[in-house]
Amino acid sequence: MAETAEKTQTAGNTEMAEPAGVAWRVRGMRRRSTRTWRIRTSAVITLAVVLAVLLVPPLVHLDEQAVDLAAKLQPPSLAHPFGTDDVGRDLLLRCVYGLRVSLLVGVVAAVVATVIGTAVGAAAAAAGGRVDRLVMRLVDLFSSVPHLLLGIFIVAMFRPGVWPVVVSVALTHWLSTARIVRAEVLSLRSRPYVDAAISGGASRMRVAVRHLLPGVLPQAGLAAVLMVPHAVWHESALSFLGLGLPTHQASLGTLVQSARGALLAGDWWPTLFPGLFIIVPTLAIAGLAGAWRERLNPRRRSELML
Amino acid sequence: MTSRTHKLPWASMARMAGRRALTAVPVLLAVTFGVFAIAAASPFDPVKAYAGTGGLTASEQTLDQLRANLGVDQPLITRWWDWLTGALGGDFGQSLVMRQPVGQVIGERLGWSVLLATTAFLLAIVLGTTLGVLAARRTGGWLDRAVTSLAYGLEAAPPFWLGLLAVWFFALKLGVLPAGGLTDTGSTVVSAGQVTSHLVLPACVLAVSQLPWFVLYVRQGVGDALEEDPVRGARARGLAERTVLLGHALRSGLLPVLTLIGSRVPELITGALLVETVFSWPGIAAATVEAATSVDFPLLAALTVLATAAVLLGNLVADLLYGLADPRVGFDG
Repeated sequence: MAETAEKTQTAGNTEMAEPAGVAWRVRGMRRRSTRTWRIRTSAVITLAVVLAVLLVPPLVHLDEQAVDLAAKLQPPSLAHPFGTDDVGRDLLLRCVYGLRVSLLVGVVAAVVATVIGTAVGAAAAAAGGRVDRLVMRLVDLFSSVPHLLLGIFIVAMFRPGVWPVVVSVALTHWLSTARIVRAEVLSLRSRPYVDAAISGGASRMRVAVRHLLPGVLPQAGLAAVLMVPHAVWHESALSFLGLGLPTHQASLGTLVQSARGALLAGDWWPTLFPGLFIIVPTLAIAGLAGAWRERLNPRRRSELML
Repeated sequence: MTSRTHKLPWASMARMAGRRALTAVPVLLAVTFGVFAIAAASPFDPVKAYAGTGGLTASEQTLDQLRANLGVDQPLITRWWDWLTGALGGDFGQSLVMRQPVGQVIGERLGWSVLLATTAFLLAIVLGTTLGVLAARRTGGWLDRAVTSLAYGLEAAPPFWLGLLAVWFFALKLGVLPAGGLTDTGSTVVSAGQVTSHLVLPACVLAVSQLPWFVLYVRQGVGDALEEDPVRGARARGLAERTVLLGHALRSGLLPVLTLIGSRVPELITGALLVETVFSWPGIAAATVEAATSVDFPLLAALTVLATAAVLLGNLVADLLYGLADPRVGFDG
């Protein structure tokens, strides 16, 4: 089953991620400056994205829906840095609004997925025994359905609207968090300081809140941050397939979807820029999350997992 | 490997496959039931979907008769059971959007999807191994950094976007390859040459979307193998760098990657869903999207179950290969 597949995968991972002794450390020293540079770039881009998404709509009084047929399908220029779409709307502005919608959907879905995953994983680890096995079987069951397909199925049944998309992305992404949290709780529970707390007479509640929770939260938080770009990716895929957000709502997926006509006429810019708006923030967030992971677990070489 | 082929543990492998087949039964049952439960919980009305615009003007009596004919007035369990017994007999119901039996839709399209997925996967393995080895040869070198950055960039790029840009560049700008479909428009016969030229773009895009995983894993595996004793020993014996890299490091570094290929089926399906839609490839993934767009429940349900079965099969292959590659793991799962 998927459980053993995962086991083999983790076995493969640890085998591969083993730091190769001195050679690796020396290389690490030499590469420190590139790493700092990468983290700084990621931070600047993430900050720029967050500021643009939060500040542009209230501060810039331009209508992203403003149609100007006289200026339709203009290539990138000074007036329109990203060009205009097939009814003359400015693409830079639409990309920012689209990113806003996509990020909002992504963040909400990631938070919901992390809450579900943490609750399920922690409950399974805390209950142990038969409940644990049953819950993890269910997790395996869920993960044997390809998650874009399950997402498509859910959206197809409940569309149209924003909420079906959020629910579909959230419901298909909690599995890995549940596995991570369960493993983390299980490993924390066998630590001496937890034994010490229990033999010192601490209540179940106190052990859970004071000793287990602080150990689990960083891992769950990291999983949540890494999930945001993934959720944005899924939202745009669903919207591109015409199953996600309604087409009049600018999201990164609907922008690419509605640019198909223009693309087949040879105009590349309405397709190119929304895609870049997916890739660049994804890489920036993944870069930051990688740095965070390295801090959490310095022995593991940081591998950006998207 | 060849000297050991006669000692392959067929019996324990068969036992493992048998056990997996047994556990697959409840999983597939649960997935079919889940699919029916989601549909039952949704506001979607199969009668309205069947009647289409005619449903707006149809009388209540007609709608009720339709409801009875389609069997949707039955409780969830009954409908599920009817579908299941039908499916076991090979009858998956009638596809609403394709206007033909679901089994026939899948039968006609499965082959094209398998062709596309296999080509893309082989392409990804070859390209991924090459790039991964080149990158691992000098970790931290310019080639390594270029390949790694490219891999991360491609991993973040949505396959449908890559596909659209490929259509723009190769089909519109250069005009060297067709933009989509299986054959040229107007052509009625499906010839091998036509299919090949139409296969190139979708297969390449699907391969590129699978590529980052291969490149990063091969790079890691070969890079680690290069630091290990057998390689050091080979170098000490004065073997050529080429022999060391391809004969020693690649062999031990590639094995764990190859064994994990089976577990990539979900990602392959995800990629196929997007790529087949972009290129109007007449496979089952494109049919899934069409079925979802027009809420064709019978087709969508059958395809979801089929995809789940493919994932389970992929997991089994991965575990069998892993057990073969590393006898310590065994076939107990």
